Amino acid sequence: MALKKFVVGCFDDENVLFPAVGKVRTAGYKIHDIYTPFPVHGLDKAMGLRDTSLHTAGFVYGLTGTTTAVTFMSWVFTKDWPMNIGGKPHFALPAWIPITFELTVLMAAVGMVLTFCYICQLAPFIKKHPFHQRATDDQFVMVIECTDKTDELLLKSFLDEAGAKEINTQVAEEGWWIGRYDQDQKLYNEPSVA
Amino acid sequence: MSLIKYESQIREPLVDGHKTYHDVTEDICHTIEAKPTRLWYIGFYISLALLLFGAFSVYREVTYGIGQWNLNRTIGWGWDITNFVWWVGIGHAGTLISAILLLFRQRWRTGVNRAAEAMTIFAVMCAGQFPIFHMGRVWMAFYTLPYPNTRGPLWPNFNSPLLWDVFAISTYFTVSLLFWYSGLLPDLATIRDRARTKFRKHFYGVAAFGWTGSTKHWQRHESLSLVLAGLSTPLVLSVHTIVSFDFATSIIPGWHTTIFPPYFVAGAIFSGFAMVQTLMLVMRKVMRLEQYITLSHIEVMNKVIVLTGSIVGCAYLTELFMAWYSMVSYEQDHFFKYRIAGPYGWSYWLMMTCNVISPQLFWFKKLRRNIAFTFVMSIVVNIGMWFERFVIIVTSIYRDYLPSSWSLYYRPSIWEIGFYLGTFGLFFTCFFLFAKYFPVIAIAEIKHVLKSSGESYKGKMQPIEKLSDEEFYETTHHEDDHHENAVKVGHN
Repeated sequence: MALKKFVVGCFDDENVLFPAVGKVRTAGYKIHDIYTPFPVHGLDKAMGLRDTSLHTAGFVYGLTGTTTAVTFMSWVFTKDWPMNIGGKPHFALPAWIPITFELTVLMAAVGMVLTFCYICQLAPFIKKHPFHQRATDDQFVMVIECTDKTDELLLKSFLDEAGAKEINTQVAEEGWWIGRYDQDQKLYNEPSVA
Repeated sequence: MSLIKYESQIREPLVDGHKTYHDVTEDICHTIEAKPTRLWYIGFYISLALLLFGAFSVYREVTYGIGQWNLNRTIGWGWDITNFVWWVGIGHAGTLISAILLLFRQRWRTGVNRAAEAMTIFAVMCAGQFPIFHMGRVWMAFYTLPYPNTRGPLWPNFNSPLLWDVFAISTYFTVSLLFWYSGLLPDLATIRDRARTKFRKHFYGVAAFGWTGSTKHWQRHESLSLVLAGLSTPLVLSVHTIVSFDFATSIIPGWHTTIFPPYFVAGAIFSGFAMVQTLMLVMRKVMRLEQYITLSHIEVMNKVIVLTGSIVGCAYLTELFMAWYSMVSYEQDHFFKYRIAGPYGWSYWLMMTCNVISPQLFWFKKLRRNIAFTFVMSIVVNIGMWFERFVIIVTSIYRDYLPSSWSLYYRPSIWEIGFYLGTFGLFFTCFFLFAKYFPVIAIAEIKHVLKSSGESYKGKMQPIEKLSDEEFYETTHHEDDHHENAVKVGHN
């Protein structure tokens, strides 16, 4: 797998980070990612990420659960093994509502979590390159990908000006996680200034 | 810039002390990184001993049959189903706190949601044991699952509330577990990145699933939490509703009432919050988390307790009223001769005292904010809620339709009690392990509310409050200008 060079800048305050994201993007640098210890609201918009459609997937999984439950129970009680329970109708829809509901919720939840883990490439025993040990503690770590045109020193001084506290260069594997790279993260226009 | 001038000082800070993000990490991780205390070992071994006694009681029951419990033909459901409903009820607070309060944007949930969710999962694990072993031939428990079998295939009866229970409880357990664990991932990653020892590096490395804190991942994580909360909200209400269907769809006087679902759900929230109080009050003291689980957290939970306790009280009175109003002699005899009076009358009045009368003391602010009183009350409520289920189950069935099968002398056997104690062992063994090895407070969520609800940030609001509206507009307007300028400078 190809190794790539990244310039890493750490911020310790989200109020400094936000203007910095704007500056870096207008300057045309490619933000690979920003690692934060907690969800910073509005950062995804600031980085130009598109909204996730995970909830749509959840809706589809839920519908799958509903249809599975209803079709299965009607098949069992009207076709496969019709049971006479006190002369009540075989097609007893009201009595199936609890199980239909539970299966809807179950499939939606399990499906969404599995999808989440898959698209974020999260699983036991997966190791990803840690750009900064304190990105899960109190640092907001901005990782900028270096292209052929990038002047590393210029970029570093640029980050310093933007308020980054700790700046360094790291080489990491491009595909250190399984599967293809997240295609949603087309964050930038081709470098124009750098 | 926020458009809101200030957040009211009436709301107390959710995090006391002047904390930075790093302080939050340190405060919550220190118990995980320190050696367990002597107190922890004592508690853990007591729980383990109870668990072993429970396992032995279950062994007796599996080997010799249900006869090991003092159940008889009239009282077919005794302590076992009482305990089942009691534990499921307790298991309702966690998801209520994490899901419903998330949807209602109640930020105080961040202090208690992680531990309450863990409590939910362990309580549901305990609850599940009772119906499974009550089957008697427990090795045939898989008959409840609809799989293509060689018996026809003969399917389970999807019209039966007992089967609905199988689906409800297993769905509830799975979804709570997923919700809890997906929320844990970022915090486990925090511990992983701080780890010094080899064991911790490996254990939390595996457990954190390779979480990095990428913005895209956070975005999806937030979406996932929100949808799971939206799914769990009707789920948590449905689970106890379905448990109440076990009774309400039967034709036994005392069970056959339409009031059961809301009444059971309110009772579940009531007992669940009481259990959360019991655990939190000990936990915040022992693990020194007073600044995260503050007095105001305790107070709001006490408010929920007094509300749900009063709802439950209304339900008790409605039952009595409906029995009288129905003019059905069976209902009337059942409620007025055999439930509030008669040989089991003491359990009814114990329930009334614990659940309806004593929580009313929480109308006084002084008592709501009194830790010792809250602790005692939380245990009183749980005793009361156990007796509620006992009253519903046993006093409804001990007077059968035929006086010849009336049963009076139902007393639990040692193995029946042992099974119950065993679930306490299971619950506390799990909880002790959780408290030692997992972050008991959602670190990332606390950091998220720190700037808006922490004490130091709330303090900064005071000068802003004194500003007139025009002055306030001026200050924020200037700051906006400043931001734009900063961006422009960067651009040049």
